[in-house]
Amino acid sequence: MAKRIDVSDLDIYYSSFLAVQGVNVSIEPRSITALIGPSGCGKSTFLRSLNRMHEVIPGARVEGKVVIDGQDLYGAEVDPVDVRRQIGMVFQRPNPFPTMSIYDNVIAGVRLNSTRMKKSDMDDLVERSLKGANLWAEVKDRLNRPGSGLSGGQQQRLCIARAIAVEPEVLLMDEPCSALDPISTLAIEDLMTELKERFTIVIVTHNMQQAARVSTATGFFNLSGVGQPGRLVEFNPTEKIFSNPEEKATEDYISGRFG
Amino acid sequence: MSTQTPVRPVESAQGPVEVHRRLPRFAPSGLYVAGIVVGALLAALTTGGFNIALTVVYGAVLGTLAVWLTSRAVEGRRKASDRLVTCLVTTAFVIALVPLVSLVYTVLDKGLERFDSEFFNSSMLGVVGEGGGAYHAILGTLIVTALTTVISVPIGLMTAIYLVEYGSGRLKKAITFLVDVMTGIPSIVAGLFAFALFSIFFGPGIRLGVMGAVALSVLMIPVVVRSAEEVLKLVPNELREASYALGVSKWRTIVKVVLRTSIAGLGTGITLAIARVIGETAPLLVTTGLITSTNMNPFDGRMTTLPVYAFYQLTQPGFPAEPAIARAWTAALVLIILVMALNIVARLISRFFAPKTGR
Repeated sequence: MAKRIDVSDLDIYYSSFLAVQGVNVSIEPRSITALIGPSGCGKSTFLRSLNRMHEVIPGARVEGKVVIDGQDLYGAEVDPVDVRRQIGMVFQRPNPFPTMSIYDNVIAGVRLNSTRMKKSDMDDLVERSLKGANLWAEVKDRLNRPGSGLSGGQQQRLCIARAIAVEPEVLLMDEPCSALDPISTLAIEDLMTELKERFTIVIVTHNMQQAARVSTATGFFNLSGVGQPGRLVEFNPTEKIFSNPEEKATEDYISGRFG
Repeated sequence: MSTQTPVRPVESAQGPVEVHRRLPRFAPSGLYVAGIVVGALLAALTTGGFNIALTVVYGAVLGTLAVWLTSRAVEGRRKASDRLVTCLVTTAFVIALVPLVSLVYTVLDKGLERFDSEFFNSSMLGVVGEGGGAYHAILGTLIVTALTTVISVPIGLMTAIYLVEYGSGRLKKAITFLVDVMTGIPSIVAGLFAFALFSIFFGPGIRLGVMGAVALSVLMIPVVVRSAEEVLKLVPNELREASYALGVSKWRTIVKVVLRTSIAGLGTGITLAIARVIGETAPLLVTTGLITSTNMNPFDGRMTTLPVYAFYQLTQPGFPAEPAIARAWTAALVLIILVMALNIVARLISRFFAPKTGR
């Protein structure tokens, strides 16, 4: 299931504006990789370029290579829709489909693609995904209620269940806990640790404790100045980043002496 | 005049919040009513009898003045400005309401006379003077409007989808501009367009139900585009991204997420667009024409519609004139009922299809 991601010389543009420059990184399968850095330095942009969500924004484009198990995601013959089927994404704000019930939200990937599936298989998939997202016990009696009636933390776990229901190889998370309280955050962090066994997870976070708690490797993004593109300053095992970083900028950022 | 008992005496501030005197709760409305009474008296004095228009004018001015001056004296400047603007806004609302109430009253008063089963069950075939009905015209209006909807909704909806989901750059700007221009086209021009278009193929003097539908579509398409565009823009981008991130293609995302989420707004917009064209007269005069018998086929021959029916009953009543004029009023009443029903349908649509929060 889980796959390795190799990024080489990746430049990401919004129209003519170079947002992120020269990213080289290898993300190991079955691991959690955290991306940290100040706001506006291109973490989310980089994350979105990993499943070609970046190009949904008009004028956005990418130069360089993103290779997942030997296949270039930006190859000429690759359909972005297929890429996104392999690489799921969870967003900053929980965004369940407001017109759908909890049940329909979980199998949205199947329903929206009009894939034929037996009712019993769908039931299994819903139960499996909700259990995978640690939500089953809380919602099993109200699967037909609207997904938007859940609390924020539950909605975010519903979105995770929805993302893992399509069985992706990689799960990208863009600040999944920034809108949640500490208890929901803890639930999602525990969940990530469980999901690590099956998926490759890349998470963007502003919370350095969170990066230190859950990730195996950490990348630090930074801007060299206003209007300059963001760069991946350092990428190392999390322990090393948080105890003995190679770069001065990383140390300053982590210890709060930034700027 | 009305009372102005201070609620509390003014004390120099005992706490951090300054305490002002306030008018008692019903004082402002009481003052306003008193102003209107004085206005009525003034109007009676000047014209020597009861005069509703002058009463309203004098009453509004005197009432507003009374409220403002009293409030200024008792409550201070800021409160007085608040009361003044409240009076002006309320007056403006009442003035806006006058034509509507008057119109509904008049149409009900004159239209109910012939609001009987004969009106709904017979056409004007062979009718001179008394009797007759608008069966053919009601059917004609329903058929022409249905045909208009069938033509306009797909074109308008797809244009809106293009503008919101696909369009960019010059083409989008050009379409938006042209839609704006189309919104302002006088309805008779739309009628002449359809007339000219069909004249090319069938020769001059042609009258068909479908011509009316084409003319009305010219008027309805921009309304549908505009309302649908606004509604589609309201769908949060996060939902589109959530769908894309599940590996759903763009077209499926639009059909199953964007349209599904905005269906309430789309339904409301389309219903109101229908209500907008159902009462059009001018374009139908030159395209569908008028006959006295029932014609159910919009592709063959003339077809009477309610607005045109009302127009001809009123302008060419024949002799005696009274029955025809009564029929015109009833036709107007039926038209208003149709439009009101469409508005109610629009409200029901937005209520039943709106995304449920279900807490």
